[in-house]
Amino acid sequence: MSGHESTYVPKTGIEKWLDTRLPIVRFGADYLALPTPKNLNYWYTFGAILSICLVVQIATGIFLAMHYQPNTAMAFASVERIMRDVNGGWLIRYVHSNGASMFFVAVYIHMLRGLYYGSYKAPREMIWILGCIIFFLMIATAFLGYVLPWGQMSYWGAEVITNLVGAIPLIGEPVLIWLRGGPAIDNATLNRFFSLHYLLPFVIFGVVVLHLWALHTAGQNNPVGILIPREREKKDTVPFHPYYTVKDGFALLIFLMMFAVFVFFMPNALGHADNYIPANPLVTPAHIVPEWYMLPFYAILRAVPDKFGGVVAMFGAIGILFVLPWLDTSKVRSMRYRPTMKIFYLIFVLNGLILGWCGAQLPDAAVVPGMPSFFLIDGQLNSYLWLTRLSTLYYFAFFVVIMPFVGLKETPLRIPLSISEPVLSGPDAMSGAVPAQAEKKG
Amino acid sequence: MAESVVNAEHPEGGAPEGEATRRDFIHIAAGAAAVGAGVMVAWPLINSMNPAADTLALSTTEFDTAKVQEGMQVVITWQGKPVFIRNRTAAELQKVLADPMSSLKDPQSDQDRTKPGHEPILVVLGNCTHLGCIPTFGAGDYGGWFCPCHGSHYDASGRIRKGPAPTNLVVPEYAFTAGSTIKIG
Repeated sequence: MSGHESTYVPKTGIEKWLDTRLPIVRFGADYLALPTPKNLNYWYTFGAILSICLVVQIATGIFLAMHYQPNTAMAFASVERIMRDVNGGWLIRYVHSNGASMFFVAVYIHMLRGLYYGSYKAPREMIWILGCIIFFLMIATAFLGYVLPWGQMSYWGAEVITNLVGAIPLIGEPVLIWLRGGPAIDNATLNRFFSLHYLLPFVIFGVVVLHLWALHTAGQNNPVGILIPREREKKDTVPFHPYYTVKDGFALLIFLMMFAVFVFFMPNALGHADNYIPANPLVTPAHIVPEWYMLPFYAILRAVPDKFGGVVAMFGAIGILFVLPWLDTSKVRSMRYRPTMKIFYLIFVLNGLILGWCGAQLPDAAVVPGMPSFFLIDGQLNSYLWLTRLSTLYYFAFFVVIMPFVGLKETPLRIPLSISEPVLSGPDAMSGAVPAQAEKKG
Repeated sequence: MAESVVNAEHPEGGAPEGEATRRDFIHIAAGAAAVGAGVMVAWPLINSMNPAADTLALSTTEFDTAKVQEGMQVVITWQGKPVFIRNRTAAELQKVLADPMSSLKDPQSDQDRTKPGHEPILVVLGNCTHLGCIPTFGAGDYGGWFCPCHGSHYDASGRIRKGPAPTNLVVPEYAFTAGSTIKIG
């Protein structure tokens, strides 16, 4: 599984016996001995944090499933029973529901870190693509899970999202009925959503294994963004364990403290009060909003005046991430050395937050109340509708215009010859280093 | 059987560059059979997700439209979906009949959406044709319905006038069976 040589030496008799039959200890030892660049900062701890998030969701989910009833007549009450009567049920459910939010906080930081340091560029395209698959599966799993409590937001969220499928020309309607198992969202839908919500985390687990396999094969990126030549491996890398297990562990503790603040002091802050009203197929809540982590994509869906066009834009917003390695024309990985791109990157992050904000607002509401505005095509310019459209435009332009164009035009700063150069001086920082040009051949 | 050896130089089945052998044929045939078998195994599993017999059995519902007072609507369920039954006022009816076709996004006359002799009664599915929310009765710019989810405006004939919804509110298949009673489905 690893791209580096094995350093494991079995010591005891049982280890030697096992190593020639099932080298599982060697596998684990080599996994932890991965040579890791010594300059990783705290943005790099989110991979480990995410793996713990997945374990927390699977563990709490298994216990919730022991008490939950996937039946429209009983689902809502069974969740309330978990909250009130099951021993410690409130804790397990609040960890699971807030855990989903924490999972997405971590994954967004993890992805933005990869974007900033160019972790998607050759030879790491597969790590990035597998990560995109995990992200997509996470969204699907979170959506399916949100339907299970069978509250008003569960029901109407399911109605709106499954209707997206119905927007596909010709096959949309039959596929929609197949997906729901009937003409409307009902017991058949809840049953299959529960089944799939239980399945997908294990699929995610499998893709995570591939993600790490690709990581160990292509090697870990670092904030300087240069490949570490074999001659400098001893100087510029440290074994993953204990150096990064400790660093990741420290970051994890801080993260879990923030997690605990939500679970114990504000467990419903990220949810919607409407989901504590049992599902009612005859009443739509006045204001349907998805969970916060889907708001940017929901905003993109609403930005397009055409139904199918909106669906295409929303899925396109995720799909475009898959081809990112081929949209970026710059040979320089880290944006530390790309002063122009860095500015566009910061605007991109800000734009993502604006999109999220827009997703939670009514489209016709004024962005700045009282500001003079005029009517443009189908709405006031001073409305969330138009702010969302401008934001959506930047989101896509960042990938298809800015990424290819800036990469060709900008003059990057001088890239250090080794990851030691920025912090050390003298021969130790430079020996064995190759100029950036030579790196391209490899 | 000597004639079965296609290539005498490679009797084990290897062929000269670019030539197909019987072994290639067997590979392709076996592969195709495996794919076919895979599809046949997958189909019952996929088909099991289609609506079950008991779900399909709930396909019709009856309602007496005389219960709906003029200017009001009643919401009933049919196949788990809401159905609006609206008894429109003379003013509302006059307005929707007067609307020119050119002003409509999904052109359809009001007569095409009602049954002859029962013009004031409008029967439509209560799900917005955008993403399925239930539009609010009497709200919006056209006096019909307004969908709070994504801002679609419908007129008193249930026709889309403004907003993201692509088509008019769907008129289900129904008929007046006895007097004012309708059977949907």
